[in-house]
Amino acid sequence: MSQKIKDASIPTIPFKARLSRWFGRNLLRIYMIFGFTYLFIPVAYTFAFSFNDSGKSNLIWKGFTLSNWQNPCGAPQICNALANSIKIGLLATIFSTILGTMIAFAIGRYQFKGRSTSNLLIFLPMATPEIVLGASLLSLFLVFKINPGFWPTVIAHVMFCVSFVVVTVKARIASLDPRLEQAAMDLYANELETFRRVTLPLVAPGIAGAALLAFSLSFDDFIITNFNSGTLITFPKFVYVAAARGIPAQANVIGSSMFFLALAIVIAGQLVNRRKAR
Amino acid sequence: MSITVPKVRVPYLLLFPGFAFLFTFFILPIVNLAQTSTQTPIAGGDTGQYEQSFAFSNYINAFLDNREQFARSFIYATLATVFALAIAYPLAYAIAFKSGKFKNILLVLVVAPFFTSFLLRTIAWKQILGEEGFLVPTLRNLHLMGQQTTITSTSIAVVAGMTYNFLPFMTLPLYASLERIDPRTIEAAGDLYANGITTFRRVTVPLSLPGVVAGTLLTFIPAAGDYVNAAILGSPNTKMIGNVIESRYFKIVDYPTAAALSFTLMAAILILVTLYIRKAGTEELV
Amino acid sequence: MALDPIAARGDLRLTRITKSYGDFTAVDDLTLTIPKGSFFALLGPSGCGKTTTLRMVAGLEEPTVGSIHLGETDITTTRPYQRPINTVFQNYALFPHLTIFENIAFGLRRRGVKDVKEQVDKVLSLVELPHLAQRKPTQLSGGQQQRIALARAIVNRPALLLLDEPLGALDLKLRRQMQIELKWIQREVGLTFVHVTHDQEEAMTMADTIAVMNEGKIEQMGTPADLYDDPETAFVANFLGQSNLIKGKIDGNDGDNLVINLFGQKISMPKARSHAVDSSLYAGIRPEKFRISRTGSALRGNTLTGGHIEDVSYIGVSTQYVVAMPWGQELMVFEQNDDGVPPFNKGEEVVISWESSFTFGLRGDEDIEAGTEVNPEQLDE
Repeated sequence: MSQKIKDASIPTIPFKARLSRWFGRNLLRIYMIFGFTYLFIPVAYTFAFSFNDSGKSNLIWKGFTLSNWQNPCGAPQICNALANSIKIGLLATIFSTILGTMIAFAIGRYQFKGRSTSNLLIFLPMATPEIVLGASLLSLFLVFKINPGFWPTVIAHVMFCVSFVVVTVKARIASLDPRLEQAAMDLYANELETFRRVTLPLVAPGIAGAALLAFSLSFDDFIITNFNSGTLITFPKFVYVAAARGIPAQANVIGSSMFFLALAIVIAGQLVNRRKAR
Repeated sequence: MSITVPKVRVPYLLLFPGFAFLFTFFILPIVNLAQTSTQTPIAGGDTGQYEQSFAFSNYINAFLDNREQFARSFIYATLATVFALAIAYPLAYAIAFKSGKFKNILLVLVVAPFFTSFLLRTIAWKQILGEEGFLVPTLRNLHLMGQQTTITSTSIAVVAGMTYNFLPFMTLPLYASLERIDPRTIEAAGDLYANGITTFRRVTVPLSLPGVVAGTLLTFIPAAGDYVNAAILGSPNTKMIGNVIESRYFKIVDYPTAAALSFTLMAAILILVTLYIRKAGTEELV
Repeated sequence: MALDPIAARGDLRLTRITKSYGDFTAVDDLTLTIPKGSFFALLGPSGCGKTTTLRMVAGLEEPTVGSIHLGETDITTTRPYQRPINTVFQNYALFPHLTIFENIAFGLRRRGVKDVKEQVDKVLSLVELPHLAQRKPTQLSGGQQQRIALARAIVNRPALLLLDEPLGALDLKLRRQMQIELKWIQREVGLTFVHVTHDQEEAMTMADTIAVMNEGKIEQMGTPADLYDDPETAFVANFLGQSNLIKGKIDGNDGDNLVINLFGQKISMPKARSHAVDSSLYAGIRPEKFRISRTGSALRGNTLTGGHIEDVSYIGVSTQYVVAMPWGQELMVFEQNDDGVPPFNKGEEVVISWESSFTFGLRGDEDIEAGTEVNPEQLDE
């Protein structure tokens, strides 16, 4: 009861001021909520419409069904396209990761003549519009009378992924304390053993990240693939071609699954890192 | 016994496979594109048959015929970049400074939407903003939109789609740059009589400039050559130079023009980028 | 033909070692012998070349000119993994992806040693951390990491153990404790330790022999007492502890002593303790060797009159005085508070006296500011 007595000497902040202060502090947080909502709208839409009882044309909501999820390969060609995308993705990932990691080590670890030119050369494919990359490769294949198809697509994907792999791995190499390798040599490990037992394990997360990046770039690629795949259908191509008629709900199923799978992998990676650090 | 390769040779050995690959499948194609661009149709030949004739006039013709699309591409790309910057900067700032222990989760969430196929996302926008979606009819009923106006098939939709699709390319470099700022610099500014806005203007923004440069480049360059957004969300009136190149290759089989256009696009981008980098003054991008 | 480097034992001999990077010479014509079994310190400010020298001994850098011998074996160009030398790095350089056990076992496994577990357990007991074997380095405190880094090196029983400012990152109390432990371990295990540091107190506490380095060269080498009591250059005089250096002229002899004229006042010092090359010299006296008395008291040894007290700092153990002399120089005096006599006051006129045998003489052309720059690293956090 005595608490009801307000001490007149303690100043209270008027309500309006308190409100504007609250806004000021939390404005960014509110913005973040709007921002993330905006980012997720199409994803949510895709996910929602994967449950649409749509038949061939997935444009209007017709009713809820699980049949699309139960039969994701139901639409003609879709699983063929998915399989192609995965195959190309795996091959492109393997080759670009190997080539890119080697380049990253060369540039990141050694001082040599032509180092800055090499840096520039790696940067160029990333700075070239995809349409130019795709078109120029197609021109080359045509000159050598190679028809666009599976292997030209793999080659094209390796080509544009290598730069990204280099940048990612190089960043990881740069954060490596050179004294760890010196310590290894001080402890009787020669150059090869040092690389095997100290350098590689420590760079591995960067290489893994680069591989993941390469796979996702390859899987999602449309423009370059379009130029170099001829009649071969990949998942993005399938979606693009089907867009006019209305993409089948199974595509939504696959798209949503990729989303959840990738999310799961990234979160798992974060958890593993956190456990390792503990 | 130790295996010591002479120290000088190792980097070149490591570089060789990757660079050989890039040379064959990046440099050579570009060179080939150059030589295609100056070809002309063989008189009396089939479609698709061309011969080298050093016709530099191809460039002039190609540019003049398509200057509208060129202009449009650069305008759309610039708009998309500006909008992406406006949207991404506060987002990156919020994640870098105001998210405490949720930082990593939020970063994943920024990238996560882009795990769904880019085409699926763009098509989703098309359907959300289209006649069959729920937004347009609602706006029409509320008389906020005319019965004849649409959102899709307009340049607005194309730019909006581009902005959306390139958002992570803008956000991540911005975040990386902002995250590196030592929060004590900001405290020091306050200690030296700068209020919030001044601190932001004179301390935060300059320090985040490398991220801004990287982000705008990573957004503008692919945006200028994009054609998928225009194809899905636009109309024949919103054709970008990418659309033209694609149709020249596949529909009209006019390789020299397509090649000339590609080069012009690349050259234009290179010039703009060089000027931009000079002005922004950052050297280290990669 | 060449002796097996890994089996090499003996004294470490550096002969005319120079290391240049382009225009910059980090180590300048250095010659040094470190006897087997000793605790040797390379002391100097940052940038003096001590770490570069250490790295050349470890094999992580190659000398531009000169040779390095371990006993009879020339190890100048051998690779680090071929030398029976191990290093404790400044930031410990523990392998973050391996457990403590595997970190320590690393060198043993590379050498193909058989009883790895036994040896690792033994050395873990030596540094009193047997319970940490399965942890990862990031889970350990700084002090623990330091001891593991030491264990990882010692377990290989190297001919030479190099320590690159290993105690720099530890707080004061822990540092003092580790100094004692390191000294004890060195005696226990009988290895030769070469310890690089910028902390002169640390070097003096731990080392049998100290080499003071400055700008790529050795200024002076000797036992801590030698260096402290009888410095040969201004750098050594100022870098180790503090010195008062007073400019003077040699006036003549008096048996085994020199008579020195300091701004009109006469003092004497033993001839043997003078390193002057001509008649000009700096007379050096350590602040704790000075006695302050009021004018008129009975005094022994050298005296300097006419000083008055500029500043008094009561430190508890001692009182530090700054005394302004008539020729404009300020001298530092440290008086122990061991006799209950109240300290002198600012402004008082005093006489300074000291035993003449404590005086040391430096060349008249020395830069008396050498070694006095405050190195930010030396400021205790």
